[in-house]
Amino acid sequence: MIPRSIQDALQKIVGPQYLLTQKEDMLTYSYDAAVLDPVMPAAAVIPENTTQLGEIIALCHENSIPITVRGSGTNLSGGTIPQTSGIVILTGRMNNIIEINEADMYAVVEPGVVTATLAGEVEKLGLFYPPDPGSMAVSTIGGNVAENAGGLRGLKYGVTKDYVMGLHFFDCQGNYIKTGSRTVKCATGYNITGLMVGSEGTLGVLDQVILKLIPAPKARQAMVAVYDTIEQASETVAGIISARIVPATLEILDNFTIRAVEDFSKAGLPTDAAALLLIEVDGHPAVVAEEAEQVKALCMKMGARTIDRAKDDAQRDKIWAARRSALSALAQLKPTLVLEDATVPRSKIPDMVRSLQDIAKKYKIDIGTFGHAGDGNLHPTILTDRRNTEEFHRVEQAIEEIFDTALAMGGTLSGEHGTGIAKAPFLEKEAGYSSILFSRQLRAALDPRNILNPGKITGV
Amino acid sequence: MAGMKELATLVKELEEQLVTCIRCGMCQSVCPLFEQTRKEADVARGKLALLTGLMDNIFTDPDGVNERLNRCLLCGSCAANCPSGVNVVEIFIKARAILAEYKGLSPAKKLIFRQLLANPGRFDAMVDWAGRFQGVFTKPSANAQGTSCARLVSPLLSHRHFMPLSTTPFHKTLPEKGFTSTGSGLRAAVFTGCLIDKIFPHVAAASLKVLSHHQVGVVIPPGQGCCGIPSLASGDRDSFTRLVDHNLALFEKHDFDVLVTACATCTSTIKKLWPSVYKNPSDNMQEKLTALSEKTMDINQFLVDHVGIAPLDTLMEESEKEIVTYHDPCHLKKSLGVADQPRQVITAAGCQLNEMAGADKCCGMGGSFNIYHYDLSSTIGKIKEENIENTGCTTVSTGCPACMMQISDMLGKAGSSIRVRHPMEIYARALETGTLKKLST
Repeated sequence: MIPRSIQDALQKIVGPQYLLTQKEDMLTYSYDAAVLDPVMPAAAVIPENTTQLGEIIALCHENSIPITVRGSGTNLSGGTIPQTSGIVILTGRMNNIIEINEADMYAVVEPGVVTATLAGEVEKLGLFYPPDPGSMAVSTIGGNVAENAGGLRGLKYGVTKDYVMGLHFFDCQGNYIKTGSRTVKCATGYNITGLMVGSEGTLGVLDQVILKLIPAPKARQAMVAVYDTIEQASETVAGIISARIVPATLEILDNFTIRAVEDFSKAGLPTDAAALLLIEVDGHPAVVAEEAEQVKALCMKMGARTIDRAKDDAQRDKIWAARRSALSALAQLKPTLVLEDATVPRSKIPDMVRSLQDIAKKYKIDIGTFGHAGDGNLHPTILTDRRNTEEFHRVEQAIEEIFDTALAMGGTLSGEHGTGIAKAPFLEKEAGYSSILFSRQLRAALDPRNILNPGKITGV
Repeated sequence: MAGMKELATLVKELEEQLVTCIRCGMCQSVCPLFEQTRKEADVARGKLALLTGLMDNIFTDPDGVNERLNRCLLCGSCAANCPSGVNVVEIFIKARAILAEYKGLSPAKKLIFRQLLANPGRFDAMVDWAGRFQGVFTKPSANAQGTSCARLVSPLLSHRHFMPLSTTPFHKTLPEKGFTSTGSGLRAAVFTGCLIDKIFPHVAAASLKVLSHHQVGVVIPPGQGCCGIPSLASGDRDSFTRLVDHNLALFEKHDFDVLVTACATCTSTIKKLWPSVYKNPSDNMQEKLTALSEKTMDINQFLVDHVGIAPLDTLMEESEKEIVTYHDPCHLKKSLGVADQPRQVITAAGCQLNEMAGADKCCGMGGSFNIYHYDLSSTIGKIKEENIENTGCTTVSTGCPACMMQISDMLGKAGSSIRVRHPMEIYARALETGTLKKLST
C-alpha cells in the first residue's frame, strides 16, 4: 500500500480516472508473458504527457516509491513484473507518433506507440523500420527499446539498438535528459542512448524515442526448404552464412514445431519433414534474383528434399504468418510454455540444435525448437504444466543446461528477451562478478534510492 | 470469507480452460474495447487473470471481478485471434453464470429473464402491446435507416436512434399452426430469432422468399422463443436452459435437414452454446443438442454451400450496380468462420461490393453491453460508421439483426442516407427486380 496522501497526489497529476488502486486492477498488472510468479503493485497510473510523467517520477523519488513501466506487458523475462510497494506506470495513453521525417529518415515517437502501428505508418511512405519482434502486433516501442528487442530480421538488419538514434527520458529524480540526436552522426557526450537501450527501465523512464528509418527494399523473395534431417537444415544455415549471403530472414522450424504450426494454421506445411528453413532475401531486384538462385543451389547441395519460392505476396505472407504462429501453436499443446532465447555464434547452430535434442531426451521433456537460426538465436520452447512440480523441476534443470551449453559455445543467455528477473541469477555465469558489480555501481550512482524497476538485471 | 471459498470452488470448474492462457497478450491487438480504454482489465488476458484470482480466492468479494467481467462485448475477437486457442467466450459466459448464481440476479433481470424471456408466449404478448404504444414516447426520424428517437429527454433512451418495434411481428404473419412448404430437395427448419421476429420481420419474409425461390422445403414451428443469449450474457443459465428446452421440443417434432437462421447471434448460440453451456444435460439431451448444433447454419452459408446460387440475371450495367459494403458480424466470422458466403449472396444479387476498412471489426453492439456501456459502445460504433461512409456505398449489409440495430443507430445519429439491409433482403429484392428487368428487355 502507498499512503493516502501520495495516492491523492498521483490522482491530482493524472486525474481520478487514470489512477488505479483496486485490488482487481492490481492483479491485472501483476504479470507479463514470462513464466514467473505474479506480484501485485500498490497502484497503476496512466499519464497522458511528458509533464505528468515527470511529476509522477519526481513524486515517487521524493517518497522512495519503486517504479515499473509497462507497455503491453508482453515481456518474456519478467521485466514488467512490479514490486508490492511500487507503482506501475502505463504508457498506453502516451502513444503518439510525433514525427516521421521523410527527408532525414527518422521518426520520433512516444513510448506507448505499438511497433506494428509505427511499421505500418512508415511503410506507407516507402520507408522501413526493420525490428519485428514476434509480439510486434501489440508490443510497444518503449518496451522494445527497454529490452533491446530483436525479431526475424536481425541477421541482415540488426535489432532495436541499431535503430535508436536518440532518446528523451527522465532520470530517477524526474530531471529531463536528452541524449543522441536526429543526425546520422553524433559524437557529443557519453553514448547514453546506447546505455539506455536494453536497460529495462532501471536507469530512467523513456519519454521520446528517435528512431532511424531506412528505405524499403525494392524486392523480396521468400522460400521454404524442406529437410529430412535437422542436421542438414542447420548445416545449410552455416553454409549460407559462410557463402557470404546475408538473407533478411533465415528461420528454422523442427518437426515438433512444424506439426504444431500446421495443426493450428493449416498453411500446408509438410508434417513429415524433419525441419524447414524459411528464407527471405531482399534488396535490389537483380541481387534478389541472384541470391535466391544461390540459396536454392546451396539448399539442394546440403540435401534439401525440396525448395519452393513464394510466387506472390499472398504466398509470402502465408509463409511468415505460419512462422509467426509457431509460438502460439506450440502454446496450445500444454498449459505452460517456457520460451528460451539463448543465442550462439551462428556457425555453432548445428551444434546447438544437437545439444537441444540431447537435453530434451536427458530430462524427458518436450522441446520444440524454432527460431532465428541465421543470427544464432534459437527459441527452444519447453512445453510443460507448471502445476506438475516434479516435471517443472526437470524443466528448470534443462534450462540451466541450455544456458551452460550456449555459454560454452561462446554465446549469450538472451538474444532478445532481456535479463529481467528470469535471467538475473544467471548473469554472473555469462559476464562474471566484476561486471555485475560494475553494473550495480552504475545503478547505485544513477538511482541511489533504487526506485527504478528494482530487482531487474543486476538482481537488486 | 467462507462464501468466497465456495465461489473459488465453483470457478475451479473452469481451471482446465483457464490455464491455457499463457499471458502472451496478443488479444490486446484485436479487442475493440481495449483499443478505446487500454486497460488490462478490459482485455481477455486481464479478465482471465481475474478469474484465476477468484479461483485462488484472493478477493474479499466478487463484485469487482463481476463488474469487470461484464465490461466485454463477447465479440470473440480475442478467441479468434488467440494463439493458444483459449475458448474465451465460453469461459466468460460460464463465469458470468457462476457469478450470477453465486450473487443472485438483480430483481430487474429476474423479471426480464425469468418472467418474460423464458416465457415466449408472455414475451410475445408484451412486445405486441409495447409495439402499439411506442409512438407515444418516441418519434420516427424519417431517415434512411427508419430509426426512432426519444420524444422527450429520457435517461434510458439517451440520444439513441433505435429501431422501432414492428407493428406486426413475423410470427403473426404466419398461420397459427406454423408454416410448412414442400420443396424439391433439401428441407430447412427456420429459427426466426427475437430481433428478426419483432423488429426486422421483413428479413424473415425475405428469407422465406429466397428459400422458396430455390425450392427449399421450409418448416417454421409456431411459438418459438429466444435463443437464450441475453439470459446467458447476464449469467442466467436457468432461463437459458429453459429456453433451450422449449425450442428443442418445438423443433424435435419436425423432420428437416438443416436448421437455418438469418441471425448470426442465434446461429452462433445454437451451434456453440446450446451444447456447451446447457445446465447439467443428461446423455440423451447432450446427444440431441450436439446433433442439432451440427445441423444448424447461417442462411447465407446454407444458400451458398448447400443450395448453390448463381449470379442473378439482373442485366445491369456495371455503373448501375448498387454499391454495397458488408460488415462481418462477430458471431458469423469470428465465431463460425462464415465470411465469404454473405458476400457471395450480395454480389450474386447484382450489387457491387466495396469492402470497408476493418470489415470484421466489432460494431460495438455486444447485446446488453450497449445498454450498460452506451458511451463506449457508441465510440466503437462510430469507427464502424466512418468506415462504412468511406466506402461510398448506398447500402451497408450485415448478417446479424443486432449489428443492424447498432449500425442504424450510428448512421442515424450521423445523419447518413445509407440504408441498412440484411443480405437476404438484398437478394430477395433482386429476385423481384431481376425478373422485372428481364421482362422489359
